Amino acid sequence: MLRVATPILLAALGECYVENAGILNLGIEGIMLFSAFTSFLGAVAANSSLIGLLVGLGTGLLLGLILAVLYVTLKSDQIVVGIAFSLSAIGFTSLYFRLLYGTTLPKLPVKEWVVNIPELAAIPIIGRAFFNQPFLVYVSIALVPLFYYILYRTRFGLKVRTLGENPMVADTAGINVFLYRYIVMLIGGLLAGLGGAYLSLYQVSLFQDNLIQGRGYVAIAIVMFARWNPLKILGGALLYGGAEAFAGAIQALGYLRTIPAEIVLMLPYIITILGLVALARRARFPPAFARPYRREMK
Amino acid sequence: MSEKEYAVQMVGITKSFPGVVANKKIDFDLKKGEIHGLLGENGAGKTTLMNIISGFYRPDEGEIYVEGKRVKMRSPKDALKLGIGMVYQHFTLVPEFKVAENILLGMDVVGRKLSLKATASLIEEQAKQLGFTVNPWSKVADLSLGEQQRVEILKILLRGAKVIILDEPTSVLAPVEISGLFNVLKQLASQGKSIVFITHKLNEALEICDRITVLRTGMKIGTLSRSEITSTLEIVRMMFGVEAEPALAAEVPKTLGKEVLKVENLVVQSDRGVDAVKDVSFSIREGEILGLAGIDGNGQKELAEAISGARKIKSGRIYYKGEDVTGLGLADLHSRGVTYITDDRISEGLIQDFNLAENVVLKDFRKNGVRRGLFIDWKKASKIGQELIEEYELAAAKPNSLAQTLSGGTQQKLLVGREIGGDASLIIANQPTHGVDAKTTAYIRKKLVERASKGSAVLLISNDLDEIFSCSNTIAVIYEGKILGILDRQSATREDVAYLMIGVKKA
Repeated sequence: MLRVATPILLAALGECYVENAGILNLGIEGIMLFSAFTSFLGAVAANSSLIGLLVGLGTGLLLGLILAVLYVTLKSDQIVVGIAFSLSAIGFTSLYFRLLYGTTLPKLPVKEWVVNIPELAAIPIIGRAFFNQPFLVYVSIALVPLFYYILYRTRFGLKVRTLGENPMVADTAGINVFLYRYIVMLIGGLLAGLGGAYLSLYQVSLFQDNLIQGRGYVAIAIVMFARWNPLKILGGALLYGGAEAFAGAIQALGYLRTIPAEIVLMLPYIITILGLVALARRARFPPAFARPYRREMK
Repeated sequence: MSEKEYAVQMVGITKSFPGVVANKKIDFDLKKGEIHGLLGENGAGKTTLMNIISGFYRPDEGEIYVEGKRVKMRSPKDALKLGIGMVYQHFTLVPEFKVAENILLGMDVVGRKLSLKATASLIEEQAKQLGFTVNPWSKVADLSLGEQQRVEILKILLRGAKVIILDEPTSVLAPVEISGLFNVLKQLASQGKSIVFITHKLNEALEICDRITVLRTGMKIGTLSRSEITSTLEIVRMMFGVEAEPALAAEVPKTLGKEVLKVENLVVQSDRGVDAVKDVSFSIREGEILGLAGIDGNGQKELAEAISGARKIKSGRIYYKGEDVTGLGLADLHSRGVTYITDDRISEGLIQDFNLAENVVLKDFRKNGVRRGLFIDWKKASKIGQELIEEYELAAAKPNSLAQTLSGGTQQKLLVGREIGGDASLIIANQPTHGVDAKTTAYIRKKLVERASKGSAVLLISNDLDEIFSCSNTIAVIYEGKILGILDRQSATREDVAYLMIGVKKA
């Protein structure tokens, strides 16, 4: 469950900052996919999952920067650009994966940086879940209180939240609206990249067409029903992770043979939708959400 | 006088927006420790000028000196560092944040890195010094507008402002709060702060200001110190102009027909839920243009929206051609021949992403023959658009030009043409020539008078006395939601009307 929730949690934490600053980044799905792809290539080429991870991080940063130019400086429509970017990512990565490897799948290197405490992992039921995981799982969970603290208890967080409330207030307070929106886009890109790299390197250990399968969009949904609060995002990510793990378990154990596999695979998404309907109806969106900022308007 | 006496000097400031020159070669100076009133009607260029000092806009031309030194400001941050802070008319506070959070925001920009707690105690200390209290832990949304304004003032003071600009600070305040604000301002001035007080209310400016600068249509008319002001009439003339009464735009009909509109004891609320129109009664007959004079924000918009059916009324009755139409909506009234030219052409009047022809046929597509079952006859629509372009001489426009690509004046002509082109019996025109050039203005006025001579009743709402006098046969003045007087165009003088507009009944 923790393993499955990790990529969504990472992406959602980044998107949480992006949205609090008044940007809707639908390109998050595309960033995750590109990073999953490049980190896989990097890991195979260098025979090191760690190198792969760094490549994925770099990809995320770069794509976050590119999208920031489009959203913030060029003031393009965030919804159109985000969706177009994510759709083109599917085509681009699938095509190049074919071109590079044809139909023979390369073998991923041995995974490094997996925490394993055999004594504790031996505890029945919960032991493996808590003490035998890739280190990124622990990192993502440690980020939750850190992100919460920064967002609600520091000057930086206050500025970020002001950008989503009313960028003009930030501007008149002498805060550089564009600079801070770039910063959050870089944070968002970095974490989406990390999530994508984790997925291909650690969780599924392969790359395939459309590997992300809407996890980026699920992350956006979770940010909304968590009302832009990192602590609640952890809850949302675990809910999704739980549903996905459950779906996997049902299939693996062969219960409920009469139910088609596709229905079971839909489960995590259905639970996410139900969660949205139940919790996000009364959500108060940041007033400046998805609106580019221009100073001289008359 | 040495330059050291001035906190700020502005020389030859010019600033244009697409289609409008908001400031034309304005000189302005602010002495240390004075309260300087910046007076003028809406659209005179006051706020634009102050947005330039506060770094929000960059001037096209002109120089700015702060304490004798030439400065160039690129953003509000630069102005803050120079000790210039502005209290905007629409407050720049985040309602969802606490007072202390709002004030902490951006404090590090001026080099004060504080914790939230330290900020809170600074707030309490500064408030106490000025003679009021503020709870730093309250959510701003829970405060009254007067309290929010104090938070704004504290905010810029704690950022080290030496020059404090207040844009229409009394417009949101109750009378008791106004005297409280004035006490705070006097105290700040006595501590050596320099204050610019932007207002269009003459009485307030006279009560508190050491000097007054008057702007009109983007130009500086003059600066007077309090001792130089001998009569309020002098300032009224500076604000509204002293030119000879303008000639009539066209011959206004002399004989009036049947009553078209009758309004009885109308009360209408503003968006904020306060009474904006208070117990207003009047009537307009066929061939009559009732010029409703008043400074913006005295209930005109609410009144126009209520009569056109765009806004609910609280009480009172509206009769149209003898029929009680109270409570009918915009579409019902429009189909009966009531048409409304909004003062907000950008967001209410036209759809900026539609082209000219689409905007023209938009409102009357059921009647003007462009409807073909489920479809629209675009050739016909284009033809109607072309006719309007020719009739109104819309420069450089084509039926397929997007509205947003047209200049302000052209957009306004398009809007007026659409609304009065049909067979309307009642035309409500709210600021129909606001922000358009002289030629277009004359044209629109002529069209309105033409419609009246064909038997339409016109309610012409304007803050421009020239317009009121050149087009009306009856003049009413609205002030703080009440009609202060209804005068006959023949016997009324500009002074009579100007006095009523600022709420003074001449003895």
